[in-house]
Amino acid sequence: MTTLARLDSVTRRFGSTTALDAVSLEIRSGEILGLLGPNGAGKSTMLTLLQGSRRPTSGTVELFGGDPSLARFRAELGSTPQETALPDTLRVSEVIDLVAAHFPDRVPTAQLAEEFGFADLLRRQCGALSGGQKRRIAVALAFAGRPRLVLLDEPTTGLDVDARHGLWAAIRRHRADGATVVVTSHYLEEIEALADRVVVIDQGRVLADDSLDAVRSRVESSIVSLRSPSAQRIAELAGVVRAERAEGGEASGDGTDRLDLTVADSDEFVRTLVTSGLPFERLAVRGASLEEAFLALTVSTPASPERIPV
Amino acid sequence: MTAAADTRDPVTRAPETRASGRVSMVKLYGMHVRALLLETLRVPIAIIGSMVFPAMSLLFFVVPNRVVADDPVLATQAVISLSVFAVMVSALFNLGLTIAENREKPWDPYLRSLPLPPAVRISAQLTATSALSFASMIPVLLVGAFATAATVSVSGLLLGLVELALTSIPFLLLGAAIGYAFPSKAAIAVIQVGMFGFAFAGGLFFPPQFFPDWLDALSRFIPARHARELVISAVDGTAPDLWMLAGALAWTLAAAALVLWLYRRDEGRRYR
Repeated sequence: MTTLARLDSVTRRFGSTTALDAVSLEIRSGEILGLLGPNGAGKSTMLTLLQGSRRPTSGTVELFGGDPSLARFRAELGSTPQETALPDTLRVSEVIDLVAAHFPDRVPTAQLAEEFGFADLLRRQCGALSGGQKRRIAVALAFAGRPRLVLLDEPTTGLDVDARHGLWAAIRRHRADGATVVVTSHYLEEIEALADRVVVIDQGRVLADDSLDAVRSRVESSIVSLRSPSAQRIAELAGVVRAERAEGGEASGDGTDRLDLTVADSDEFVRTLVTSGLPFERLAVRGASLEEAFLALTVSTPASPERIPV
Repeated sequence: MTAAADTRDPVTRAPETRASGRVSMVKLYGMHVRALLLETLRVPIAIIGSMVFPAMSLLFFVVPNRVVADDPVLATQAVISLSVFAVMVSALFNLGLTIAENREKPWDPYLRSLPLPPAVRISAQLTATSALSFASMIPVLLVGAFATAATVSVSGLLLGLVELALTSIPFLLLGAAIGYAFPSKAAIAVIQVGMFGFAFAGGLFFPPQFFPDWLDALSRFIPARHARELVISAVDGTAPDLWMLAGALAWTLAAAALVLWLYRRDEGRRYR
């Protein structure tokens, strides 16, 4: 397995905002890497750095062993235009031909159109296409030059279920043919359908980098809320991934603290809690939101500060 | 077209040629020129303005003024002035506005993510704009030929066109610099002020022979004046004024340095 691209403690700032904060990441051949994170997490910034259209504020970005801002290192890279913007006045076939002309071993236009389901649109001007049609063409452009590494930014946003599944199938087929794919999404479902390896990022930092199964088991967690005078000891029970304690004070008036516990298996945890004999009241269980799940992921790094306050 | 041949040179020398295997940079350049021309020509109204305005100026300001129109020397100079104007407007407007607008759309940044050496894209943009610039000069030449006493020999016409292509380079570069420096709405304002300022102070609307001394002195630093005088001497077959030659060269070098610096700095005008 070879490394196709690498980010080494890359920081990118836009004015006072830090879009990426000391991110290190390797993209290895043969995998579909899912970049999962909420909007504004830094996913697109990471892709623009790999495309060489932006430079890091500090740290190094390497693509096929070189600087991605030099055209020759992008010869085996495929990507999609952002916001699926295609030049309105050009015909679909002209756009495909223009993009494909940059690569030595291009996919014939008709074959690409057939595969991504727009063979009937080749003579149309791009301005006349619907959002979903543009999306399919934009994704097809990423594969036009038979690239070794493909970057797909939110590839199926705005597509209906059928079109989305068709596109996923195409992406998997290209992986089977040897392409390495990086796909960003804020949909867990999309990442689950495609990725072998998942990198969760939020606020410019990598929260997790693991196999799909490992990340999924941590993302599918629950929040158990309760009040207890023994909050500290409950937070140390087995099964607690992350604990957040709010001082009771006046709100309760009885010296109990409110606890929000992130647990992987809520049934198992409640059993443990009852067996422990520790006092508690007002127990409530709910599924963790994606954001809480992301937060819980920070404990996968042993030195993470989130663990200390409890 | 001289401008095209000039700009193609650095492309074939680029180190990218080797690494990108069988992709011919000349073919790629051709594809980009074609795409850029198609994009513009499919919305022909976009170039009507730059094609019609200089010819209309000639028709309304020069043709009715028989003192100028019937004098072969003055009429020829007027036609040359408005040809320079046509090429300058087209270069500043088409290139400046196109680049400024493209930087606001995601398509251009996308092209820059392809294995596309910057020199190929920039020279394709310059070539496509030059082609449109020359198209915008044709109505001026026709009006000049049929409605004024302007005359030109075949060799004078050819030399004049070559000189016009050469002197359009600083305007192309300035247009590109404006495009990379400003968002499109600001670019329109800068281009309009720039092109009318250049046109008046450069003697494209009123012959510099009629300028007061202070304006003539100022005019000698304006690239439009350099272009006008150099094209006139090419058409007349006289030796070019050294001051004008040096001025045109200085503007070309300064504008080229400015564009390169702005292009390297540019990461597209994208908002997060």
